[in-house]
Amino acid sequence: MKYRSVFDIIGPIMIGPSSSHTAGAARIGRVARSLFGRMPKWAHISFYGSFAQTYKGHGTDVAIVGGLLDFDTFDERIKSSLEIAKQEGMEVVFYEEEAVPNHPNTARVRIGDEQGELELVGISIGGGKIEITELNGFELKLSGHHPALLIVHNDRYGTIASVANVLAKYAINIGHMEVSRKEKGKEALMTIEVDQPIDASIIEELSQLPHIIQVTKIVD
Amino acid sequence: MFRNVAELVQLAESQGIKIAEVMIRQEIEETGRSREEIFTQMDRNLQVMEQAVMKGLAGVSSHSGLTGGDAVLLQNYIREGRFLSGETILDAVSKAVATNEVNAAMGIICATPTAGSAGVVPGTLFAVKEKLHPTREQMVEFLFTAGAFGFVVANNASISGAAGGCQAEVGSAAGMAAAALVEMAGGTPSQAAEAMAIALKNMLGLVCDPVAGLVEVPCVKRNAMGAANAMVAADMALAGIKSRIPCDEVIEAMYRIGETMPTALKETAQGGLAATPTGRALAAKIFGVPNDHRE
Repeated sequence: MKYRSVFDIIGPIMIGPSSSHTAGAARIGRVARSLFGRMPKWAHISFYGSFAQTYKGHGTDVAIVGGLLDFDTFDERIKSSLEIAKQEGMEVVFYEEEAVPNHPNTARVRIGDEQGELELVGISIGGGKIEITELNGFELKLSGHHPALLIVHNDRYGTIASVANVLAKYAINIGHMEVSRKEKGKEALMTIEVDQPIDASIIEELSQLPHIIQVTKIVD
Repeated sequence: MFRNVAELVQLAESQGIKIAEVMIRQEIEETGRSREEIFTQMDRNLQVMEQAVMKGLAGVSSHSGLTGGDAVLLQNYIREGRFLSGETILDAVSKAVATNEVNAAMGIICATPTAGSAGVVPGTLFAVKEKLHPTREQMVEFLFTAGAFGFVVANNASISGAAGGCQAEVGSAAGMAAAALVEMAGGTPSQAAEAMAIALKNMLGLVCDPVAGLVEVPCVKRNAMGAANAMVAADMALAGIKSRIPCDEVIEAMYRIGETMPTALKETAQGGLAATPTGRALAAKIFGVPNDHRE
């Protein structure tokens, strides 16, 4: 079951006009921002399917940039996010892609600055609910049923154990976990689905562990 | 966890509780949050809905100028007392329109189940409020009841216009509202399910064809009719009328129709009303360029 909470149906509170094309897009942008951990200097955003056909009418462009500026779905600054991005020195380019995506509402977000880059693919499945299907070339297989953590880390021994220990300390059970890396000893990604809600304080504690680059909660 | 409407009705009737209570108990179990926390969050959604209705009734206009002001026209018309249908149903229609006019103007709304269909549930709720005089708690429960039925549709079919057409959005919203209206009026859980089935049956096949890709034309008026549909379906169910096709099978039919619906009619602004001469002309005017690739 894709939807687990009544608030997926009644909610979110948001700026109009579309839950999938505005609120969902804002959430995709905000996950990217949160994973990147800081304001990007540039953003290259590709829209596919229905997103490509209707993004201007739905404000998908201002919403996703609003997300990159760390605005929530109900933040009225979303309406003027393109001007705010310009003031903040973020260069934004949109691409309307012709390729047919697996899901009609698909966006590929590439963001970066002098220090690094990040690329993710998000889909907006309805009612403001989103799924992230790809991160930095890693394919993500998140069910979307449970709260999930995305942890970018250095590929070093003991890192997985230290994360699991913190979760165990707070009686958080891991339901599903995947670890992938691009190259031995380089950047790796842990995808962890858990059964209990995760507080901001736990995320903070995980971020402080050795070899951890970035911790993000992906599903509420 | 209930997987379909039959299980939802069974859970309510076997324990002698409301559909709203089944939804609240599941939410507590699923999230580990307290009843109070959950109730407060839903009350906040209700506040946002109320503010959107009030803002729309005061009069708004969208950036494109395509929508706005119709809720005001309807309220004036009701006050003149010359209406043909009925005061409560027109009040529901005007409040649904009000909400979607605010949505189109990029105002703050609560998606129910989506933003494009956000008018139906609050429109009907704030109209029957004048007739049934519910407590604040009963109004919050109305949203849990609507949410329970929407939950089943979202998991077994779709609530996305891009995936299932407008039947998945305004159709789902009309079914949710009809069921919640029945429960608020004192009907049984079974009657709520009948109302959902009757409302949704009459929305099957409805395409998503927004002019210029904007959630304005025909979305605002589809919310108007979704609200009217919900009111009539609720009255039919309360009168004792049953749907010959069970609610879960109607939802299943909606899913299959959505799967076979052409992409041009699923929120791509390529077909239906969006592809009419006037629809295309409006799109060209709004964006300042002819959209030739949309031929």
